[in-house]
Amino acid sequence: MNQLLFFDSTLRDGSHAVAHQLSRENIRNYCRQIDTAGLHVVIVGHGNGLGASSLQVGLAAVADDVMLRTARKELKKTKLGAFLIPGFGTIKDNLQPAIDSGVDLFCVATHCTEADVTRQHIEFLRRKAKDVYGVLMMYHRATKEKLLEQALKMQEYGAQGVILMDSAGASTPDMVAETTAYLSAGLDVRLGFHAHNNLGLAVSNSLIAVRNGASIIDGTLRGFGAGAGNCQLEVLAGLMMKMGIPTELDLYRMMDVSDSVVCGMMKRSQEISSISLISGVAGVFSGFSSHVKKASERFKVDPRDIFMELGRRKMVAGQEDFIVDVAMYLAGRKGMEKESYDIESLL
Amino acid sequence: MNKMKVGIIGTGNIGTDLLIKVSRSEYLECGIFAGRNADSEGIRRARSLGVNTSTDSIRAIEEDPGCCEIVFDATSAAVHRQNAVILEKLGKFAIDLTPSKIGKMCVPALNMAECLDADNINLITCGGQAAIPIIHAIMKVHPDMEYVELVSSISSKSAGPGTRLNIDEFTQTTRDAIESFTGVRRAKAIIVLNPAEPPVLMHNTIYAKMDKPDLPRLRREISAMEKNIRKYVPGYRVTLGPVAENGRVTTMVEVVGLGDYLPKYSGNLDIITCAAVNMAEAYAGKKRANRIGGKL
Repeated sequence: MNQLLFFDSTLRDGSHAVAHQLSRENIRNYCRQIDTAGLHVVIVGHGNGLGASSLQVGLAAVADDVMLRTARKELKKTKLGAFLIPGFGTIKDNLQPAIDSGVDLFCVATHCTEADVTRQHIEFLRRKAKDVYGVLMMYHRATKEKLLEQALKMQEYGAQGVILMDSAGASTPDMVAETTAYLSAGLDVRLGFHAHNNLGLAVSNSLIAVRNGASIIDGTLRGFGAGAGNCQLEVLAGLMMKMGIPTELDLYRMMDVSDSVVCGMMKRSQEISSISLISGVAGVFSGFSSHVKKASERFKVDPRDIFMELGRRKMVAGQEDFIVDVAMYLAGRKGMEKESYDIESLL
Repeated sequence: MNKMKVGIIGTGNIGTDLLIKVSRSEYLECGIFAGRNADSEGIRRARSLGVNTSTDSIRAIEEDPGCCEIVFDATSAAVHRQNAVILEKLGKFAIDLTPSKIGKMCVPALNMAECLDADNINLITCGGQAAIPIIHAIMKVHPDMEYVELVSSISSKSAGPGTRLNIDEFTQTTRDAIESFTGVRRAKAIIVLNPAEPPVLMHNTIYAKMDKPDLPRLRREISAMEKNIRKYVPGYRVTLGPVAENGRVTTMVEVVGLGDYLPKYSGNLDIITCAAVNMAEAYAGKKRANRIGGKL
């Protein structure tokens, strides 16, 4: 088996949990402490990636290049990573500046059925001799055959691996086993898995993915991330140690950073709220949670109903503006005098 | 009355939608429909309409320059970079529907007259066509606005391979065009492909950052602009706003397509092909007026 690679998204997915308000100090401390923990890469930035700081999904406290340069200074052994969703950022405005800031590894992500929009970006980054991985978000929305077809496109563009993202934390253990076994058999490059904990399965689903051929696990320390949070990497490290699965992770170091640095960045403990649970059941992107809460208060609609309706409409990340639409629809107010509404902040 | 002949290069979604709109026009007829793929649905459609087709792309026009006076380029940004040089040499009026940014940027509701004097005009992007006029209207009321953001979502089904392969230019060109066209200090464009079934209509949300919006004037300007655009894009409508909250003004615009080639959810095709045909008809009208003038 390939050496397992651990992708650390604490400073990227965790950004969602604090409305993208991570400070330079947070990034500096974290990177300084985590550098020797044996992780392959630390991914840094706005929760939705490069160029995503916006009124639509939330303004970041710190600019992309400042975040990346701050991390770059501290990471000596671990690669510096960045995340990009084509359509949010561009080669000229975002990828080239990120390369100039010293990023080693890029994850180029898109909805699980739209791999062909990653071609320009993956090919550009390969030409620049950077490490590139493709990410298929919301993987639960597609069949395993469709996922393999999409992952093979990313492989053809030059991606060194393809990561399935369980963006909604909607996976059952059987889904993970079946999908990862099928994809790892069909791909020449590495397969990765990025779990969310909406159904309390992020660590165990990650382990299941590894047992079925995945060789990249993407997670966060303390599970710090959108909604119910992610695969808690130090817990997975402990579990793998106990099971005798070889890794290069330094368990104690990860625990120390989790306690001393990540705890301080969190605004609340990473629990599974009812809202996160329902988003896992509905299969809706967990990053929508804060937007749904705001809309539900404004329009006096049960947030669980909003989630179920968003699931029925198959909404994807980037469509936060539709949440107001759905809330208004459920409140039965749409179609009346639309102009008279002051829509509440979505942020 | 003689119709002016147009050539269409690119037989994908956009080219085929253009073909159907041109075949309905009182002022235009299609002289050549040229692409590279002999089996494309577009080529089959053109043959069934009795239109002259070719799989030689731009070479078909080079070899028979008399086949058209106006050329719509619906290929890709990279291909248009080559085609533009050839079309200039041939003296054709080029209407570019790729996000190449080579020609003069054109939004018919804003700068039609100037564009008719250019050799090559660029229709920017569908998001640009939908949002720039609204942002222009906002800037008229608030010229000191510091930041504007566009979120443009289109259904996955309406984004053909050309759009997907050009997603980066699509995003970048939309942003650049908002800045250069409206003079706003800083703009951001976010493009979302929405895989939802049934497909969603083309939907655009515009956030304009400002502290003290003059909502009554904004409403008047935006509504006037909406009427202007509806003259050439019948399915264009403001669905929300302008509404003010938290230091920003939000306006939402939807485009219902005419359902010519792809179904009505593909308003993103319509807004750009309607604009292109509108410009071609205006060009044909102007030429005819000049020619008649010359005889007198």
